[in-house]
Amino acid sequence: MNGSGFNWLGFWNLVFSALVQRIGVLGRELRQRRGRLVVAGIPMLWLGLFFLLPFLIVARISLTTIDPNAQPPYSSIVTFTQGWQLELHFNLDNYRRLWQDGLYLSAYLNSLKTAAISTLLCLMIGFPMALGIARASTRWRLPLLTMVIVPFWTSFLIRIYAWIGLLKDQGPLNNLLLWLGVIDEPLHILYTNTAVYIGIVYSYLPFMVLPLTATLLKHDRSLLEAAFDLGCKPMRAFWRVTFPLALPGVIAGSLLVFIPAVGEFVIPDLLGGPDSLMIGRVLWTEFFQSRDWPLASAVAMAILLLIVIPTLLFEHLQARRGAQEARR
Amino acid sequence: MRQRSTFVFTMMAFGYAFLYLPIFSVVLYSFNASRLVTVWGGFSTRWYGALFHNETILQATGRSLLVAAMAATLAVAIGTLAAVAFTRFQRLRARPLLSLMTSAPLVMPEVMLGLSALLLFVGLQQWIGWPAGRGLMTITIAHTTFCCAYVTVIVQSRLAQMDESLEEAALDLGARPWKVFFLVTLPVIFPALAAGWLLAFTLSLDDLVVASFVSGPSSTTLPMLIYSKVKFGVTPEINALATLIVLVVTSLIVAATLVMGRRNANPLR
Repeated sequence: MNGSGFNWLGFWNLVFSALVQRIGVLGRELRQRRGRLVVAGIPMLWLGLFFLLPFLIVARISLTTIDPNAQPPYSSIVTFTQGWQLELHFNLDNYRRLWQDGLYLSAYLNSLKTAAISTLLCLMIGFPMALGIARASTRWRLPLLTMVIVPFWTSFLIRIYAWIGLLKDQGPLNNLLLWLGVIDEPLHILYTNTAVYIGIVYSYLPFMVLPLTATLLKHDRSLLEAAFDLGCKPMRAFWRVTFPLALPGVIAGSLLVFIPAVGEFVIPDLLGGPDSLMIGRVLWTEFFQSRDWPLASAVAMAILLLIVIPTLLFEHLQARRGAQEARR
Repeated sequence: MRQRSTFVFTMMAFGYAFLYLPIFSVVLYSFNASRLVTVWGGFSTRWYGALFHNETILQATGRSLLVAAMAATLAVAIGTLAAVAFTRFQRLRARPLLSLMTSAPLVMPEVMLGLSALLLFVGLQQWIGWPAGRGLMTITIAHTTFCCAYVTVIVQSRLAQMDESLEEAALDLGARPWKVFFLVTLPVIFPALAAGWLLAFTLSLDDLVVASFVSGPSSTTLPMLIYSKVKFGVTPEINALATLIVLVVTSLIVAATLVMGRRNANPLR
């Protein structure tokens, strides 16, 4: 200030304001980071604690032995001998039993078969319905779609229970067929695999119709018209034009039906017979009737490895392919 | 062309008949005077009277509604946060983990969700003494966990469609991120939150399997009660209850459709 020519006041002012600005930026960043931490952290914490952690526990318990006297009924893995020596007891018998006892393998295969057949049946009924809805006039489209959704919002258990009444040996369906003279004696449908198929198709049909309708609505009608103009027969036009274009909807709908159907418990339990073994029902029985928690956990781990992880991988690849196609 | 239309029409008629046959039969038999489900004994409303005097059913219904409301609200809160983290934080390092945790419950069989949740609660009780015993709270937690995933999917797709420049404008004008979320983002995505809440509410209200695993001695929910009644002999009150559920749901959906239909003629655009 006294003639040296250097403006100290200005210098400090500059330094100070730069510092304040820097702290401000830092603070804002920190605040932003903290905000982000809270936003992403809460769901991560909840799902980590209540969804991911449980599977580690299931994996641990699948390696224990059933102990009916203990509470909860399984032996512990870690024991301390002589007060301080740690001993680990891993028991692989549960997994060995899954593999060697034919029951579990056939239940697994039967689940896949039942889900696959049901998905195909859903597609066969759902595709014409979706086509009809997509081609209906705008006036009718919304009511028709709503009518597909309404059953989904009403109690699932009660709708399955209604089928018990309908499919009984002395039920309305048999009475109608007898009266029409189609059959001479009542059909045994209830408590068979047929009833399980009916139940699954009935419950999951909306999941097939909705994505199919959404895809079919996006179609350009002029493509079909072009096919007809070029002399294509309707059947051929369907298989060469409509169906390939609807393929994304077909895949989406099939996944939405197949995935819940594989692990289904309620439908085979209420409509199926003793031979309608499905993997979800096996797990339930091991847990609630045999009270064999370790074996039930081993079944759960098997489902995770053989059904859930392949499905997740398939969906992941499907999504990536979709993203690639969108980029092109 | 004509031929195919007939085919499509027939299949549609068959499909809708298939979807509605069981519902009509339940409604019909709820007015049956006879105790036997298979025999028609004349028109009567006695089962509705019996329903409103059946304390067990009424209590279970109350419990189920309470759990569903709590689980749906919690699931909307947590699921929305997850959806925001997904769509707005591009450099989130935990993205793959979050993505796994929100998509896996959608493909997980219910028996596994139930079993794993129960084993967690049993383990937690052994280690830290919480939760002490199982009941409505454990059911709510388990339901919230799997409902979150559905809410995240719905809200995420709405957030992705939303015009982000609205948020940027608010930020440029000096609004804090939280303020932007509550004043700009939330009103835009509100329909998705409402849809997610309704879906979560229905899923929770309808759930038998998960609730059976994690419920305690005095926390029988409505689906558990219906299941045991179906399994070990039915009482016709269930038909009356089902008819009431159908009535409520149908009127709600028709009302929603009318409101939405007036606002937007084509919902699938």
